[in-house]
Amino acid sequence: MGAYFSEIFLGLYSLAVGLSITFKEFFKPVVTVPYPFKTLKMCDRYRGHIELIENENGEPKCVACMMCQRGCPSGCISITTKTETYEVEVKGEMKTKKKKILTGYDLNFTTCSLCGQCIENCKFGAIEFSKEYNLASTRKEDFHFNLLNRLKERNS
Amino acid sequence: MSGPVIDIQPGETFTLNVGPQHPATHGVLRVKMEMDGEYIIKAETVLGYIHRMHELMGENRAYPQVLPNLSRLDYLGAMGYTHGHVLAIERAAGIEVPERAEYIRAIMVELNRVASHLFWFGAFVMDLGGFTPLMYAIQDREHILDMLEAVTGSRLTYCYFRFGGLYNDVDDDFVDAARAFIPRMRKSLKKYAALVTGNIIFRKRLEDIGPLSAEMCRKYGATGPVARGSGIDFDVRKNEPYSVYPEFDFDVPVYHQCDSMARYKVRMDEMEQSLRIIEQGLDKLPDGPIMPKKKPKLIKPPKGDYYQAVETARGSFGIRLVSDGTKNAYRFKLRSPTYSNMHLFDEACEGMMIMDALAMMGSLDLVIPEIDR
Amino acid sequence: MDLTILNAVVAVVIAIAFAAANAAYLVLAERRGAGRIQRRPGPNVNLFGILQPPLDGIKLMTKQLVIPGGADKALFLVAPILAMAPAITSFVTIPFSDTIVAHSMNIGVLMIFAFASLGSFAILLAGWGSRNKYSVMASVRAVSQHIAYEIPMLITVTTIVMMTGTMNLKELALSQSGGILHWHIIPSLSSPLMPVSFLIFFICSLAETNRAPFDLAEAESELVAGFHTEYGSMGFGLFFMGEYAHIVIGASLITILFLGGWGCPLGLYPGVWWFLLKVYLLIFSFIWIRWTFPRTTVYGLLNLSWKILIPISLFNLLLTAGLLKVF
Ligand code: SF4
Ligand code: SF4
Repeated sequence: MGAYFSEIFLGLYSLAVGLSITFKEFFKPVVTVPYPFKTLKMCDRYRGHIELIENENGEPKCVACMMCQRGCPSGCISITTKTETYEVEVKGEMKTKKKKILTGYDLNFTTCSLCGQCIENCKFGAIEFSKEYNLASTRKEDFHFNLLNRLKERNS
Repeated sequence: MSGPVIDIQPGETFTLNVGPQHPATHGVLRVKMEMDGEYIIKAETVLGYIHRMHELMGENRAYPQVLPNLSRLDYLGAMGYTHGHVLAIERAAGIEVPERAEYIRAIMVELNRVASHLFWFGAFVMDLGGFTPLMYAIQDREHILDMLEAVTGSRLTYCYFRFGGLYNDVDDDFVDAARAFIPRMRKSLKKYAALVTGNIIFRKRLEDIGPLSAEMCRKYGATGPVARGSGIDFDVRKNEPYSVYPEFDFDVPVYHQCDSMARYKVRMDEMEQSLRIIEQGLDKLPDGPIMPKKKPKLIKPPKGDYYQAVETARGSFGIRLVSDGTKNAYRFKLRSPTYSNMHLFDEACEGMMIMDALAMMGSLDLVIPEIDR
Repeated sequence: MDLTILNAVVAVVIAIAFAAANAAYLVLAERRGAGRIQRRPGPNVNLFGILQPPLDGIKLMTKQLVIPGGADKALFLVAPILAMAPAITSFVTIPFSDTIVAHSMNIGVLMIFAFASLGSFAILLAGWGSRNKYSVMASVRAVSQHIAYEIPMLITVTTIVMMTGTMNLKELALSQSGGILHWHIIPSLSSPLMPVSFLIFFICSLAETNRAPFDLAEAESELVAGFHTEYGSMGFGLFFMGEYAHIVIGASLITILFLGGWGCPLGLYPGVWWFLLKVYLLIFSFIWIRWTFPRTTVYGLLNLSWKILIPISLFNLLLTAGLLKVF
C-alpha cells in the first residue's frame, strides 16, 4: 500500500518538475531566425558550390589544366578548351607556341558533393567556394551552372 | 515486461508494413510485422531502399575521392566515420599524422558524438510522443554545428579529415566557443535529466521494456551503446586504442539492466564523458602543423590486408581494406555498427506490443543510410 | 412557442459559431503556445498569425476529399460529422453566466456526457470505415480508453451531484457562488478529498479529449496518424475542430463543477469574463501538458484508470456519502 501511494506521489512530483521546466522556457526569448525575412550570413569557410576566380584583367585565372575535373569524385565538372597558337619572340626569333584556352566551365551542381577536392587539386587558386545557399528550383537544369558566364555576369 | 502468452489460431493474424515511409523508422526502413492485435508475433526488417553502393564506389575511385562518401554513411555522426577511413588509409600507406591534427580530430569526433547523441535523444523522446525535448536538443546541437561549420565549412557532411591531417586548422574562436559550450551543455544535460529521465511516463515506458541480453548482443555482433546497455564493457577507444585516445582520461558507462532505459542512460552518460574528452583535448592541444611534411603525392598503399575500427556514436565501425598496390582499393568493406544492432530487433520484438517495440527500435539508434550503405 | 423555437435556433447558431471560432483560434493558440515552450515564435506572419486559421480553413476546404478504395463510403463520410456535431450540441446547455445560457436543462450533466461518448463512436467509425490497419488499431485503442476514463469521471461527477443535489449545470455553478471558499475544489467537511477529485477529473478530461499524454488514438510515431490517417481535406478539418470543441467543453465542465463557474474568487463582479478566463487558463494548461510529456502506453493508460483513478474516486464517493450522512 505504501509503495502504491509513494509511486503516485513521486510520479506526480516528476510530472510537476517537467511542467516547471517547460513553464520557465515559455518566457525565454525565441532562438530561431524567421528565415525568409531575415537571413544569416554564412561563415568564411562555408562551402557552397564552386565559383571561378578572376585575375586582375577580369579574366578567369584558370589555365585549363583539367586537374579539378580529374580529381572530382562525382564527375560534375566539365571543362571545354580550345588550343590557340600564338607567336612570341624568343631570342630574336619568332616562334609559334600553343596555349590552351578555357572556353567553358560547366558545373553540374546536382551531383556535386561539396567535398572540396577540386579546390585542393587546383594549383593555380582559380576556384573557390561561393557563399550562396538560397538555391531552390523545381527544374534540375537550373543547377547546371556555366561558371564562365557567371563570372562575366558578376563583372558586368 | 514480456508479453502475455498468446495462443494464436491460424488466420487470426494480420501483416502490418511499418515503413518504408513511417514516422517511427526515421528513414526508409521497412519492417514487416505479423501482428495479433497490438502484439507482434514476428517481425522482419527489410533493407535496400537507400542502397548507394558506397563499398563499390570505394573500390572504383582513387583513395582521396572516397573521402566524401564516408560522411554520407551516417549523417548525424559523420566525423567518426571519416576518422575511421583516414586512420585505415594512414595505417595502410604508413602516413605519419602530426600531433595537433590528432588532437583536433579527437575533439571534432567527440563534439560530433555529442551532437549525434543529442539528436538521437530528441528523436527518441519524439518516438515516445514528447515533442518538446527534440527542440531543446536541437538548440544545443545547433551550437555544435555552428562551431563545426565555422571550422569545416559544412554542417552535416564535413569531409574535414585528410590522409595525414586535416583540411584546415582550428582558430582561437573555435577553442573559445568549445570551452564556452561545455558548461552550457552540462547545464542542459541536467535539464534533460529533470525533464525526461525522471519523468514517470518516460520511465514506465522504458524500464524493463525491450530486454536485449548480453548473449544476444554477442550473437548479432552488437556494439556501442546497445551492447554497453546490456552489460558488455566494450569500447574501441579503450579496448583497441587508436589516435590519441590513450592520452585522455574518460570512463565507459556500462549498465546491466539490458532494457531500453539502460541504453538511454548509456548515451546520456556518454555525452558527459565526451565533454570530458573535449575539455582535456582543448587543454592539451599542442601547436604545430596539421599536415605531415612529407606525404606521398599519390596514395598507393602497399599490397596487403588492413583493418581499422573506431568507436563512432553508434558503435564499432570498421574498415577492411585490401590493397593490390594500385591507386584504387581492391576491396573496401565497411562494417557499420547499426547494421548489426538493427538485426537484434527482429528477435527481440517478438511478443511485444507495437508501441513498446517501436520504443525499443528508437533506443537502438538506427540511422538508415548507415545500415544500407 | 414561436419565440422558443426562434430562441433555440439563435442559440444553436451562436453555439456553432462559438465552437468553430474557438476551434480555429485554439489551433492558433496551441501552435503559438507550443512555439513559445520550444523557444520559437510559432505562426507569426500577419499580426501574430491572426489570418492563419482562416487560411488553413481555406486550404483544407479546397483540397480534394480522397476516399480510399475499399473503404466503407458511408461510414467514412459520416464519421467526421459525428465527431463535430455532438460537440457543438453540447454547447447548448453550458451556462456561461447566470443569464447567458442557451438552454438550461435539468439533466445538463448527463446530456454532456451522453454527447461526449458519441465522440468515441466517431473515432470507431472513422477507423473502421477507412479500411486501414493503423486506423482500426487506433480506434480500438480509443474505445477502450474512453470506457476506462468515463467511469472515474462519472463517479467524480456523482460525488458532486450528491453534494449539491442537482444535475443542472447552472444550479451547480450557483451552488458555489460567493468566493473561492465555496468552490468545490476546496475541501469541505463533507468532502475532504475534493482536490484529488479535481485532479482525477482533470486527468480524465485529458483522456476523454484524446489529448497528450493520452493521445493514443493518433499516436503519430506508431500509428502514423491514427484514426484520421486516411482523412484529408475538410474531413480532417472536422475531426480537428471536433477535438478542440471537446477541449472547450471539457474545460467549461471543469470550471462549472470545480472552479465556481462564473464566480470571482473573491466574490466580486461575477460574470461571463470570469468564466472565460478560467476556461482559457485550463485550456492553456492542456496545451502546456501536451507539449511537456511523452505519450503513455496502452496498458499504462488502462492501469492508471483501473488501478488508481477508479479505486480512489470510488473511495471518495463512499467517503463523501458517509460524511454527508454524518453532517
Ligand atoms: S566540390 Fe567535389 S564534387 Fe563538387 S565539383 Fe568540386 S570536386 Fe566535384
Ligand atoms: S585545376 Fe584550377 S586551373 Fe586547372 S582547370 Fe581546374 S580550375 Fe582551372
